[in-house]
Amino acid sequence: MDKKTALYDTHVKYGGRIVSFAGWLLPVQYETGVIAEHTAVRTKCGLFDVSHMGEIICEGSSALENLNRLLTNDFTNMYDGRARYSPMCNGEGGVIDDLLVYKMQDDRYFIVVNAANRDKDFAWMKAHENPGTVFTDVSDNFAQLALQGPRAHDILSRLADAPSIPQKYYTCVERGIVAEIPCIVSKTGYTGEDGYELYTAPARAAELWEALMEAGKPDGLVPCGLGARDTLRLEAAMPLYGHEMDDTVTPLEAGLDFAVKMEKADFIGKEALVRKGPPERMRIGLVADGRGIMRENERVYAGDEEIGRTTSGTYAPYLKKAVAMALVKKSSIQAAELAVDVRGTRVPAHVVPLPFYKHA
Amino acid sequence: MSETEKMYSKSHEWIVFSNETTAKIGITDYAQNELGDIVFVNLPEPGNTVTAGKQFADVESVKAVADVYSPVTGVVKAVNEELLEHPEKINQDAEGAWFAEIEQITDKEQFLDKAAYDAFAASEKKE
Repeated sequence: MDKKTALYDTHVKYGGRIVSFAGWLLPVQYETGVIAEHTAVRTKCGLFDVSHMGEIICEGSSALENLNRLLTNDFTNMYDGRARYSPMCNGEGGVIDDLLVYKMQDDRYFIVVNAANRDKDFAWMKAHENPGTVFTDVSDNFAQLALQGPRAHDILSRLADAPSIPQKYYTCVERGIVAEIPCIVSKTGYTGEDGYELYTAPARAAELWEALMEAGKPDGLVPCGLGARDTLRLEAAMPLYGHEMDDTVTPLEAGLDFAVKMEKADFIGKEALVRKGPPERMRIGLVADGRGIMRENERVYAGDEEIGRTTSGTYAPYLKKAVAMALVKKSSIQAAELAVDVRGTRVPAHVVPLPFYKHA
Repeated sequence: MSETEKMYSKSHEWIVFSNETTAKIGITDYAQNELGDIVFVNLPEPGNTVTAGKQFADVESVKAVADVYSPVTGVVKAVNEELLEHPEKINQDAEGAWFAEIEQITDKEQFLDKAAYDAFAASEKKE
């Protein structure tokens, strides 16, 4: 039975087309459609319900030590309110999930995980809980709204005083007030644009949504669904769990080296990553040269050799190109001309640096 | 013979006959709305044979690809090449944006009139 977020009735009211996603009923788009929503986020602003995401608190005197053992990134030397991205690996170096960790204070961290992995992650954390640390799944206590786009700051400023608005990317204000509603206000996002993610009590979520929509009217703020969330993150080449990585793909293969601190004393999966050596596969970006839209899990060829599969692909609405990310054999990508098998037709494609899109 | 009344298939295509063996086909407004923003279309070539109930074209929205079925058996006389460059025309005016004109029609699907099709589409929507 799919769950409804606190904003379900709001989505219906705004004309959201509801689909089932990771056990949740969420809008895939509103009436204006994915392209208009995508474009609004690139040029103005969009508002997303991302309440399906899971939240877990890690607290106790050994919390830092525990996180450093459990996750591949290093959480030492973070100041309060700092956020850091990290994969969480299994013993074989495969990715259990990728997540965001906020340091709230020395012995308390707030972790945001993918909806589909919430139970798996929490079980893994509990199984690797140190004495002096407690992990608590607090997902049901939080709704999450994402306000994304170049106008996000202007819109938020109409509803919040300066101390409630984090200034630096990847920081948060834990006790922020937006439209008189207590929120964790975080300067983060999954669109490739500047913006904020607001965590609040489910009971206040609809009120916060309406306040933001009202405040954003002069700026052309539009509600956005999962469709635009996916095309935006893909255009910005942000990895999505279950696509660019999973339990069988290492973070090094997925191009997440920046969040894997091999020099750190030890972490789960490190030994396997060392043993496996430099990855033979890598994540690349492809742009189609022929007609056709590359989708996920399509075969990638260098000449006649199959060198891997696409992991995500779509028509990128802002770039107006068919783009895909793929996990392929590193040694083969320089070689011959590349092509992707799009439903039985070889569509020529070329490698481009990631991200496909980076905002000015 | 003037154009006949537009008729509809249960696979969400429309058809208008210009004579007994020639017709234009496209997808319905219901279908374009379900697909969302259409960004790509593949059409057959003139001279290709199409078969009633079989795929003859496809359309891709941002999120997905959908097959388009031919409601008749016949030979492609012409395709609407404008759609290759401007697939968004299908969203803007699905019932005007014809995909192909088929001639030498020898077989056809069971068609619904507009009222029957609208009722059918409404029942699909509820599911």
